[in-house]
Amino acid sequence: MKVAIASGKGGTGKTTLSTNLASYLAQDHAIVLTDLDVEEPNSGLFIEKTLKYEQKRSRMVPVWESSTCTLCGRCQQVCNFHAVIKLGREIMVFPELCHGCYACSELCPHNALPMQPTPMGTLTASAAGGFDFIESRLDVGQEQAVPLIAQTLAHVDEHYGDEVIKLYDCPPGTSCPVIESIKDADIVILITEPTPFGLHDLSLAVETARKLGKEFAVVINRHGIGDDGVAEYCSREGIKVLAKIPNSRKAAELYSNGELMYPHIPEIAQQLEQVSQYIMGQMNGGEA
Amino acid sequence: MKEIVVISGKGGTGKTSITASLAYLGADSMVIADCDVDAADMHLLMRPEAVSSEGFTSGVLAVIDQSRCIGCGRCAQACRYDAIPYRDGQYTVTPLDCEGCGYCARICPVGAISMVDQLVGEWYLSTTRTGASMVHARLGIGAENSGKLVAKVKNEAKQAAQEQGKQYVLVDGSPGIGCPVVSSLSGADFVVLVTEPTVSGLHDLQRVYQLVKRFQIPAGCIINKADLNGEVAAQIHDFLKNEQIVHIADLPYDEAFTRAMLEGKTIVEVSDNPIGEALSDSWLQIQTILGE
Repeated sequence: MKVAIASGKGGTGKTTLSTNLASYLAQDHAIVLTDLDVEEPNSGLFIEKTLKYEQKRSRMVPVWESSTCTLCGRCQQVCNFHAVIKLGREIMVFPELCHGCYACSELCPHNALPMQPTPMGTLTASAAGGFDFIESRLDVGQEQAVPLIAQTLAHVDEHYGDEVIKLYDCPPGTSCPVIESIKDADIVILITEPTPFGLHDLSLAVETARKLGKEFAVVINRHGIGDDGVAEYCSREGIKVLAKIPNSRKAAELYSNGELMYPHIPEIAQQLEQVSQYIMGQMNGGEA
Repeated sequence: MKEIVVISGKGGTGKTSITASLAYLGADSMVIADCDVDAADMHLLMRPEAVSSEGFTSGVLAVIDQSRCIGCGRCAQACRYDAIPYRDGQYTVTPLDCEGCGYCARICPVGAISMVDQLVGEWYLSTTRTGASMVHARLGIGAENSGKLVAKVKNEAKQAAQEQGKQYVLVDGSPGIGCPVVSSLSGADFVVLVTEPTVSGLHDLQRVYQLVKRFQIPAGCIINKADLNGEVAAQIHDFLKNEQIVHIADLPYDEAFTRAMLEGKTIVEVSDNPIGEALSDSWLQIQTILGE
């Protein structure tokens, strides 16, 4: 079972829900939590953990081999991303623009652009309290999150079987990194806050989940701070609201210190139980 | 004309509310650019009325003409994104997986694949209730190239500012450190970093500042909810000092911030509020730094 925890707007509580839910579910189930917000990974800050291994991750980009190049310019012609440019008697490659399609490399008549790995980030795997934690971290200066997210998802699939519940802390927004993160998920939990910003961005996230044909439901965070806009929207659209995490300064303070909330705030544990029951229901429904 | 970019690394720190407050204070001295095109919210506070709008095409998408396809499968073999699965007896392109590289179209032996322009979003030039023009956009769901749309929004805002003889372009930037943020930062004269004293706020501030440093843009920082956690706030203060980032303001934790948003207002429009005063002072500081 793959559960993606996403939101349109940033800062609505993806990491809070991911880490608290992972720890809560781990009391009874085998869990792996993966932080796919590779640009700004935060889940690890809330988890006490012991490092199991660390892997440098790279992606493939072409490198110019001047000795075999005849400067025919075919590479420049076939690159749709302007990542390979012929300049005078030189071929220049701009790795930050390269999407790794291999066209220049494989269509070069003289094998003058072999693909070679270039570093993009680091994947770490840790043992947390009762569950496993995988994090990928994009190197600062790397602009493309998607290749690292794709590799991280593949890594989790290779190392964890179907009996493990896989939770994914996704990046914010609705563009390519989010799509990559949720496209293989069985269920998507959208977390939002009850404010006009929260509602606007939730409606975008709902559109995304619908476009991908995903089973999804909503969790409202900081319940009580705002208005009823989100709840009314969900009831109008027939969207299931799984839980309402109450707003409190205490919750904000626990968060600020990198602490889990549910061990200190019983109401939050109750709300997590509702999310847990939804996930279990989906799992059983899937088997039937 | 000076360009001020507000970014935060982490989402939900109050970046957009603070940007809208600065926009309210700067009124018609500026053009506003909402470059958080993935989750653009500034319009909820500025209430822009579109004067013009235009579609934004970026990149291309492979489309297979099934009547010409001979089913050889070379396209599927060449595609590194697994975007051309064989299903129900034919090869079809999964649009969300296609990166638009065009490799398949180049090698198809019967020319059955064409690359078509993709409409990825729409951008608007609007007037707002403060008298300032605003350039904003809406990216289609799951669209690629938000970095390019960000660049478009910024360039249009700059052009409008030049035409209208405005002093500033104020940019609400995107979260993260990837291509939309890089696009937001390029060409900026001053960066305002918005953060909060939480372990993740500090972590994300440090990461995004590494990026700002590469661009060698002078920066200042506004700490929202500054009294939430004294220990982490002190760590942020140290970080700002060590990196020579101007410490513009500490804003107290106050739910009035959210209440103003519920009314569709910026916090500076709510009377008798310490946050409003601190932001008025922030705007004066930023103007002084920019030498205006």
